[in-house]
Amino acid sequence: MPRHLPTLQERRSPLASASTQLDRLHALALPRELDACLAEAGHHPLRAEGVKVLQLNLGKRCNQTCRHCHVDAGPDRTEVMAHEVVVRCLELLDRSAIATVDITGGAPELHPEFRWIVEQVHRRGRHVMDRCNLTILETRPYRDLPQFFADHDVEVVCSLPHYRGPSTDAQRGDGVFASSLRALRRLNEVGYGQGDPKRRLVLVSNPVGAFLPASQRSIEAEWKRELRRLHGIEFDALFCITNMPISRYLEWLESKGNLASYMDRLVTAFNPAAVEGVMCRTTLSVGWDGTLYDCDFNQMLELPITTHRRTIHDVDLDALAGRAIAVDRHCFGCTAGAGSSCGGATA
Amino acid sequence: MDKHDHYYHRDDLGRFGEIGNNVGPLAEKFFAWYGAVFTDGALSAREKSLIALAVAHAVQCPYCIDSYTRDALEKGSDLDQMTEAVHVAAAIRGGASLVHGVQMRNTTDKIGM
Repeated sequence: MPRHLPTLQERRSPLASASTQLDRLHALALPRELDACLAEAGHHPLRAEGVKVLQLNLGKRCNQTCRHCHVDAGPDRTEVMAHEVVVRCLELLDRSAIATVDITGGAPELHPEFRWIVEQVHRRGRHVMDRCNLTILETRPYRDLPQFFADHDVEVVCSLPHYRGPSTDAQRGDGVFASSLRALRRLNEVGYGQGDPKRRLVLVSNPVGAFLPASQRSIEAEWKRELRRLHGIEFDALFCITNMPISRYLEWLESKGNLASYMDRLVTAFNPAAVEGVMCRTTLSVGWDGTLYDCDFNQMLELPITTHRRTIHDVDLDALAGRAIAVDRHCFGCTAGAGSSCGGATA
Repeated sequence: MDKHDHYYHRDDLGRFGEIGNNVGPLAEKFFAWYGAVFTDGALSAREKSLIALAVAHAVQCPYCIDSYTRDALEKGSDLDQMTEAVHVAAAIRGGASLVHGVQMRNTTDKIGM
């Protein structure tokens, strides 16, 4: 089984605090500030364009403790979305045209009501995305999830840093690569990754280190060829996502003396064309406790939406439509290079 | 020790553009061509980056090694693939030395007894 690194919270690290993380970023001398960059891109202040995706973070519990995790998720975390919050989210779907529900965590499958939530969203005719770490599908209570996903047309978005093993295990834990391949084969067996839009299998690659991600457009074909050749695995699309300089990745950057140079890299790689498609402009992210955020990263930094009503209990959809997005220095992670979002590159 | 006591300085990589001083049009041509060379073509950008990394080791340019180590990672290569690329460069360098041994033998045949 994969080894477990202790979470920041378990170690009582100062970086377990969101405000400490922001302080560390603010202490850096950057070549440019985000406001000036957004102004150059014609997006200052950055504003939302309605809500097309409802992202539910079901909690911080996970069976893995990846080195780069922006959630500081792990087996010791106990935060979990309450039933009442889930019900409010479903009610929001009932009175809106939000097309997609993006379920994340932690390992969202560990939520005690995970299957019920998927069933309820599917019954409402909305598209469900599950952000899956793959290894959870190899644990006994969850081995039947591939068929459950197929039965409910769930798009499975899986983490896999590389089509070869050493990088994956370095980032996600010993044995994760082998376990991930087994899970991918079982997803293939129930029809995932063969081009069927109802059995869509997406792989997500994060850099294993202090550098920008590859161009997904450039390497997707090679990933498909190599995963088929080396492991007999098929998938539909590759997303390449930048690591955000927060939480455990921030700690790793600091420990290796890479934080200043990484931030400098993100800032100098600012791409005005990447701003248009950043996910926060079309996403409403709901935290485990019902607080509303513009994205999962803001959620972990405890930067809620800027409108007056900030919880799922009193959400005002009309006010959300053109809201100003809460931004800070970590946002350079989504605007660097080809851009980065939950859907991969943005430019 | 004063930094100018060394031949190579990390900061100088960022000054690469200064090779255009006095000869701006030539540098513009070089950088435009350089950029075009590394785009996706018959070879992928990742494959070209690995070739560059191997050549950087063959010509032993510390600036290029730094640049193309990062570039190869950013293009999606892993350490196994990059290390194999360096071994390719080393094999060609080693082979190039050894194959000249034939010249040495030819010369020996001519002037030896």
